[in-house]
Formats: sequence, C-alpha cells, structure tokens
Amino acid sequence: MRALLELEGVSVNFTTPEGIVSAVSEVSLQVGEGEVFGLVGETGCGKSTLATAIMGLLPNTASLSGSIRFQQQELVGIGADEYRMLRGDRISMVFQDPMTSLDPAFSIGNQVAETIRAHRPLDKKAARVRALALLRDVGIPDPERRYGDPPHRLSGGMRQRVVIATALANEPALLLADEPTTALDVTIQAQVLDLLRDLRRRHRTTIMLITHDLGVIAQMCDRVGVMYAGQLIEVAPVEEIFLAPRHPYTQALLRALPSAKHAPGELPVISGRVPDLSDPPPGCRFGPRCPHRRDECELVPPLARETPDHSVACWLSEATRRAAGGGARPSGAGDGLPSGDLDPRPLKAEANR
Amino acid sequence: MSVGQAQASGAVSSALGAEPLLQIRGLVKHFPSARGLFGGHVVVHAVDGVDLHVRPGEVLGIVGESGSGKSTLARCMLRLLEPTAGSIVFAGEDVTRIRGAQLARFRKRVQPVFQDPFSSLDPRWRVEQSVREALDALRIGSRDDRRQRVGSLLERVGLHPALADRRPHELSGGQRQRIGIAAALAPQPDLIVADEPVSALDVSVRAQVLNLLAELQRTLGLAIVLISHDLAVVEHISHRIAVMYLGKIVEIGETDRVFGNPQHPYTKALLEAIPQPVPSRRSRPAGLRGEIPSPLSPPRGCRFHTRCPVAVERCRVDEPAFTDFGHGHEAACHVAGAAIRTDRSGAPTGPADQGKER
Repeated sequence: MRALLELEGVSVNFTTPEGIVSAVSEVSLQVGEGEVFGLVGETGCGKSTLATAIMGLLPNTASLSGSIRFQQQELVGIGADEYRMLRGDRISMVFQDPMTSLDPAFSIGNQVAETIRAHRPLDKKAARVRALALLRDVGIPDPERRYGDPPHRLSGGMRQRVVIATALANEPALLLADEPTTALDVTIQAQVLDLLRDLRRRHRTTIMLITHDLGVIAQMCDRVGVMYAGQLIEVAPVEEIFLAPRHPYTQALLRALPSAKHAPGELPVISGRVPDLSDPPPGCRFGPRCPHRRDECELVPPLARETPDHSVACWLSEATRRAAGGGARPSGAGDGLPSGDLDPRPLKAEANR
Repeated sequence: MSVGQAQASGAVSSALGAEPLLQIRGLVKHFPSARGLFGGHVVVHAVDGVDLHVRPGEVLGIVGESGSGKSTLARCMLRLLEPTAGSIVFAGEDVTRIRGAQLARFRKRVQPVFQDPFSSLDPRWRVEQSVREALDALRIGSRDDRRQRVGSLLERVGLHPALADRRPHELSGGQRQRIGIAAALAPQPDLIVADEPVSALDVSVRAQVLNLLAELQRTLGLAIVLISHDLAVVEHISHRIAVMYLGKIVEIGETDRVFGNPQHPYTKALLEAIPQPVPSRRSRPAGLRGEIPSPLSPPRGCRFHTRCPVAVERCRVDEPAFTDFGHGHEAACHVAGAAIRTDRSGAPTGPADQGKER
C-alpha cells in the first residue's frame, strides 16, 4: 500500500501563560492510500491537535516541528495560500460540531456549491447540479427542496451529512474526520457511520478517523494508532489492537470499558491521572501510571515494529529495545510485554512465556 | 450487547421484593411552546404517561436518545419540576405537588447528580464549602459536625480530605464528579437520581466513577436512578432498565432480560446501533431510517411506528398497551408478543425469537 500521508517526528508545542505545553511529541506514522486509519485516545492526548496540524490550522501560539508529507509533498512550512488551495480540495475535514463548518447565514446548497467553485472552474449552474448530486449522495431527502434551507432548519444528523457533502465536494484524497458522530444520538450515529463506509467504498477516499470511542474505531477502521498524553504509543491493524493489544495503556483502556464481564463496582481502572503537559514526566508519559514501570521508562521509548504491521513504544518490547540500539536494556528484559488478556486465544501468547 | 449478565442483578432484585421506594403513575409533563403559529396552544409532550417504580437499594437505568424525555422525567422525580398530571409517591407519601417544608424534607431523601459537575459547583468556593453547603442548607448537625462530615464524605467518595481546600478549577473532571456525588450523599438520601453522570468523562475516569456508584449502592443500600444515553454504562450497573422513546417507556424489565431478549423493535434497534468495541462484530447497516419525530406533535398510535421496521396497520392507529413477558419484563408493542405473525399483506413479521420466552 502506498503511503498517502507520512508524519515524521511531529511535535506541537503551545505557548501559554503557564508555560510551554507539549501537546504532541515526536509522532511518526503513515496512512496508506485507501485505508481508514483511526486515531484514538482520551481527552488531551493530542489527537485533535495532530489533525489540526495536518490541516495547517494550528493557531499562532503553536509551534510545529517535524515533517508532514502528503502525496509526497512536504506541508510543514508551506505558505497559507498554498494550504488554502489544498484544504477543501485534496484534503478536507469534518468536525464534531457541524456548525463550526457551516455558515448559519447561507443555504446548505450554496455552501456546497461555493466549496466546489472555490477550487473548480464551474459556473453557478453546473455547481448547483453537482451540489444537488452530492446532497442526494449523502442522504439528504428531497435535496431540490432543501437546497435553499439554512443549516438551522436541519437536524444535527442532517447537518453532519451536509458537512460531509461539503468535505467530499472536490473528491479529496484524504478526509480527516474528528469525532464526526460524537454529538449524535446512537441511531443517527449508526446512519452517519454507514454513510462514511458507503462513501469510502464508492470513492476510495482515504479516511483518518479521530475519536475517543473505541466502538466507532472497531467498527470503522483498518488500522489504529493509540495516543496518550501527546505520544503515539501503539499502531496496529484493528483486530490486533482489540484482541492482542501490546502497550500497557492500550490494555488498560480496553479493560476499563464497561461490560457485563465485570461485576458492578469491579471495573479495572487506571490509577492516577493524565499528566500535566506543561510539565510532562520524562520518558514514557504513561510511566507514572503504568503497573509495569521500571527505571528505563524515564527514557522515551521509540515506536518500533514488533511485527511488520504492529508497532509499540514500550521498553518491555524487544522491538523498542532493539530500535533504541540495545543500550537501554531493562532489568529482567526477558519478561516481554504483558499479555493483552482480552481474548481467550491471544494472538501473541508466546510473548508471555 | 452481551447477553448473560451473570452478575447479581437477579438475586438483588428478588431480595428487594419490598414496597417500592418511589412509585410513579401516569406521569405527564408538558411544556408550553412559543412556536404556536396560529395562536393556538402548542405543547411539547416531553413526558407523556409514564408508570414506573424504584425499589429500595435498586439501580434503575433509564435509556433513550435526545427527545425521549428521560431528563424531564428525572427532573420530575427530583421535584425540580412539577408534573402536569399523574402522581409521584415517595416512601408512601404523595409528593406530586408538595411545597415548602415538605418539599425540603423530600429533597433530603432524594438527591441529584448531574452530568457536568463543574456547573453545579461554585467556581469561587473551596470544595469544603461546596459540600458543606448541602449540609448547611438542610441544617444538619452543628457547624463543627458539618465540617467533620465533609472530611468523611470526601473519603467516602475516594478523595483525599486535603482536597477540601481546593477550588473546582484545580480539580480533574473525575474529581469534580466525585465532589458532586459527595454533595449528593451529604444529607444521607435514600435515592440518587443521576442524569448522565459519566457522559463527560473519559473511559478510564468513567470506570472509576461507575465503580464508586456501584459501591455506594451496595454499601449504603442506596437506590439509584441512572439516566444515560450510553447503553453499556447502564447495562453495567443497573438491576432493571427502562427504555424511553418520545415521552413514553416502551420496554422495561431486568437488565439481562431487556438486553438479552429485547422485545420492542426500538430496543432492538438501539442495541444494534451501538458500535461494539469488537472488530469481528461489524454491525449491519443502520436498522432505523429517519429521526425521532418532534415532541410537539408526536405520531398517533404507536409513537415509534414512523421508524419501525415491523410496523403493521394497527400501529398507526392504536396505542399499544404493555404486554408482560414474565418476571416484570414488559414491552408496549402490538407486534411483540404476538407469536410470529405474518400480516395478510405479507411483509411484516413479528420478532423471530418470540417463541422462546412464551
């Protein structure tokens, strides 16, 4: 699979009155052409900041370093005009709240048509025809009649469909969707997720889906990256993330999901709290909460391939230690990673032995 | 949603066979709406005829999507709203329209926990003040007693007593929700009505707060009404579950029965719509077309018929009554319960797994 998007050592720092906040730290990942890549993590893990960085929409208080290559083009350092040409054309984005993308003063049809005309030499009539087709495509019933409606006449689910129509107007190569269904009711969420799946099948759009909802990740994604406190700590195919998670944080996160497996009052929890990113702990940022913590965790563990498609950043991983040049060999290194223990038949059971 | 909820739900609820703590009958709450086009009275039918009871020490989960009326129902239970019609009886006393001193007494015994703990805490106050206020307002004990009680309440909800000197902005979301729970516990209530108490919290923190609620229920013998749109949360700690749609309860029963063998087509659709955190179980295409109708003019007959995949002609006309499926499991549906029924028109059939239960 060819990489459409390649991040290398991407860091984002914000300057705040409280000091420098390290929101994203040294993130490297690739998103292949045509895949749905999920980015999952809890509040403040940096997943939305990373998306904002890819879109070139970071505020002035942020400083960005590293490399973001999209279709072999370096995006870090390009001008605002160049980015504007890119956004809404080859890359587009869907946010959680449709009203952040829709102008309350303009009809939904015009907003789709204007997005097309901003990037394509179409006259108004042709743009209208294309906009109507898009609205129909995303499941707006009776689009001719709704074309002139302002956004507030539509329900939340319908608005999000309009936003998706706008995002797809110019057949982008990459769609970044940041919590696209979080504000919707569960039956409406199911409809919008259906729509995204269907669009992906028909248009082969690459999707980067950012969400805190592990259910949405499991249902939608091909591969998943897990973030914690600004660090990317694990990347793997979706089945492996859920059935054989390697990083202690991924494992703890999955165990904390409410389920009938645990009696009320006995959900396994992650003790402690997310670190303050204006003063993050050195090394692995999950270290202070990690049940497997050891001295080596004071150093940043590099994300390394355990298998060709499963990477993890943890000193308990042989791959991480190899990638670090074997220098930081932890005591009792033979222990290996703890088992995910989420499936009766763990894929990597040998890692326990 | 997993089936066999092997936990104590069956055992607990049978041990709780006692008199209901809270009994709601025919509860209606309408709000006048300013949207009357022709000067007529337009009314939002937020809650439209709800019967419900809560037993002592029981966790009752109420699920539903926006517009289902679950939060309005909660506010009626807390008597933050006065019902339009129907009755609420708490511990044998009719509290539907009580005021003044009676209402104040009722409020000691039934306490709220809300979604956003930040909005219920005064940002200028220290934690100690916020929790003590509940005690002060209710004139419980002497001043010194109260100060001491704050410390033990904080410990009760798993917070270090030193946090008493902090202000809300210095606390995490999970800590703030614990403070909200501590304040609710202050007057030693019999019932807590928690409206989306963990919806604003991250997965790992949510687990901690859910554990706390379950533990309080067990050790203090508290009854809890837990309102949430998150079915996994509700399933995890509720003994019984009520499913609401457009102002009415459509199905109610013990958790493992409702989620393990749902009878109402809406409950089934809701359960199917949840994205499961299991990649091998990818859901089928969304079962429900369309959206929840406006509570300004709910559909006639069964309110769900406009979106129901198995609706028959009768559903457009007659409002369905509850059918009992045994052990207090009830659903209001014309199609559920009728053994597999093929309409003469051919298409709609009853739920196929019907025979098992009967």
